[in-house]
Amino acid sequence: MAKETKTRSRSLHNKVSNGITYVVLIIMSIIWLFPFVGLVLQSFRSYATEYGGMVSYIIPKAFSLDNYTYLFSEECSFVRWYTNTLTIAFFVAILNTFMVLCVSFALSRSRFKGRKFLMQFWLILGMFPGFLTMICLYFLLKQFGLTQAGAIPGLILVTVASSGMQYYVCKGYLDTIPKALDESARIDGASNARIALTIILPLAKPIIIYTALTAFIAPWCDYVFASYVAFGYGDSYNVAVALTRWVWTNDYQGFYTRFCAGGVLVAIPVTILFMCLQKYYVEGVTGGAVKG
Amino acid sequence: MGKENKLSANVKRGLSNTGKDIKEIGATFTEGDWKAKLSFLVMGFGQLMHKQFLRGILFLAIEILFIYYMVSFGAQYLSKIGTLGTQATYTDKSGVIPVTVYGDNSFLILLYGILTIFVVVAFIYLWRVNVRQNRDIQKRLAAGRHLPTGKEDLHSLINENFHKTLLALPNIGVMVFIVIPIIFMICIAFTNYDAEHQPPSALFSWVGLVNFKNLFSLGSAGFGSTFFNVLAWTLVWAFFATFLNYFLGMGVAILINKKGIKFKKLWRTILVLTIAIPQFISLLYMYKMFANDGLVNNYLLKLGLIDAYIPFWANATYARILIILINIWIGIPYMMLMATGILMNIPEDLYESAKIDGANGFQMFMKITLPYMLFVTGPYLLTSYTGNLNNFNVIYLLTQGKPTSMSLTGGAGYTDLLITWLYKLTINDTNYRMAAVLGIMVFVVTAVISLVVYRILPSVKDEEGFQ
Repeated sequence: MAKETKTRSRSLHNKVSNGITYVVLIIMSIIWLFPFVGLVLQSFRSYATEYGGMVSYIIPKAFSLDNYTYLFSEECSFVRWYTNTLTIAFFVAILNTFMVLCVSFALSRSRFKGRKFLMQFWLILGMFPGFLTMICLYFLLKQFGLTQAGAIPGLILVTVASSGMQYYVCKGYLDTIPKALDESARIDGASNARIALTIILPLAKPIIIYTALTAFIAPWCDYVFASYVAFGYGDSYNVAVALTRWVWTNDYQGFYTRFCAGGVLVAIPVTILFMCLQKYYVEGVTGGAVKG
Repeated sequence: MGKENKLSANVKRGLSNTGKDIKEIGATFTEGDWKAKLSFLVMGFGQLMHKQFLRGILFLAIEILFIYYMVSFGAQYLSKIGTLGTQATYTDKSGVIPVTVYGDNSFLILLYGILTIFVVVAFIYLWRVNVRQNRDIQKRLAAGRHLPTGKEDLHSLINENFHKTLLALPNIGVMVFIVIPIIFMICIAFTNYDAEHQPPSALFSWVGLVNFKNLFSLGSAGFGSTFFNVLAWTLVWAFFATFLNYFLGMGVAILINKKGIKFKKLWRTILVLTIAIPQFISLLYMYKMFANDGLVNNYLLKLGLIDAYIPFWANATYARILIILINIWIGIPYMMLMATGILMNIPEDLYESAKIDGANGFQMFMKITLPYMLFVTGPYLLTSYTGNLNNFNVIYLLTQGKPTSMSLTGGAGYTDLLITWLYKLTINDTNYRMAAVLGIMVFVVTAVISLVVYRILPSVKDEEGFQ
């Protein structure tokens, strides 16, 4: 008897606490989704019949594609900016992954003189704020004509050149691949390069995807250095620089809804890609946290 | 005490290594034949004479290139690095036609001077390798052993020396695009490079510690009070940004993982959207949402909850609180993902036995979940804190450091972090010298916190006793 009432009270207790949990989760979902829903809704507000700037309501009076047509029209370089960003993201994803893999494999698989020193040295270098060296990097790039008109290859170069320093997560993953695999291959007479390519590389697929994914997404948000290197040369902007300028300086001309439309177009492919590869991302994030 | 001993031991070892090095160089010279002796002057000579053509040609080429570099380029900059140039470029108007007279350029002298120092050091190192190889040749010949051929050398690059092949490119990249620029900027902190000293028309020069004094001077002209203001907010911000996200994210993960909650995947996906959508879009949207004429104010007005709009971004306190709140919006999903992964690793039987002992949910959290999480994510917390100290995007895209105030110097605002202030000093004020000093301070703060926390971390590890 007593036991029965206890289970009943416990199940009631569970129901109540689950109910509260659902309420919390639903409220959270609303808060988390609100900005994105607002972004999409406002991107459909008509520029011609309503207004492109700030208004006091969220749902447009009439839905129109005005803002999207503007983005693809002659007077706007949105397509250009989009291609710029895509180019940067594409090359950075490939080259960064290559660099990170090189460093990770060397540090994970080989024991050589100066290995500890190299890791500590890079750790200390990482403590300097990145923007400190901005003017120096700008000058270096300028020497090779890689600013303004040449900003796109310049940005790729700067990003890729130092990407070897972000090896932590990848090396941590490679460390978990048993060394016995290398040993047995070495007994069979395989060189280190062969071991790397035929044994480690296939096993490292999840972390390769993680590295490439994070490297691909980063350029879409790169505002600081991109705006500095492309300074005053509109054709070299990436989407982040261009759309940020719309919000900050052209807002009074009603560019706000155009920003929303551009934002939607940028967000869609990146989000789809991310969602498809989410599994690998979670793996990398969790692994990276545990390894530190 | 232990630390000092270790340090002195390190110094001793370093000195004895250098001593050994010099001794070995001497031995190579005295014991070597004429080929080895000539190699001291003509790099790669010994190697060439012993038919190690690949090595020989490479060393010879390096030496020729080095000499060419120094004569044609490096030496002139290196010689001026003490003064950073004496003659500015100016326009001579004494004649009928004004003539531009080109002088020195401090920027170039400093940058190329540093580059040349690097080249010289690298050359000395390679020279040392050259000498050691000659010593090795002598030894091997004396022992009647075989000398590696060029083909074998090349093969070693994909086998026993594979790490050198792999690290070559990343190392060069870091050297050129990180190390040299950082050293350059550290040097700038000791010069007067600012808006009034822009070469080539106005040279800058070494000024010693003046900029550092300026940063700490509390007078009206100094940066002192602003610096401490910004520093304090930076530390507070990083604290809230890290720990609020950490605990709230963990809480959300626990909520979603709770038994009996359905649509786990849906909840996660909704939150993960924030990570997927590029930050600049969501942040700029948020910035507009809370603007004076933004949605939030408009709806609050419509609902009659307020009479006049709330100046979210113009009021320092509101802006600071709002930034932290928005950062929670950004940070929770990330932490939620991570915590979900880690929470699944906690053995279920720990909870079972705790339940039998009559522990309630809160007790289980405090005794099992939290210690486990803290233990596993200790290093992450540290990197997350230092990352937040330098969290440029959130601050700059939301407020650009505003609201500014007359009581703050250097264009700083009440929501500025050290890093955004540094950026503004560089971009708006071209006050490179103070920006450089600030950059060094960011490094010092990051390094000190990292060191101190690392000392504490093992105590976190001890808590693993329950496992």
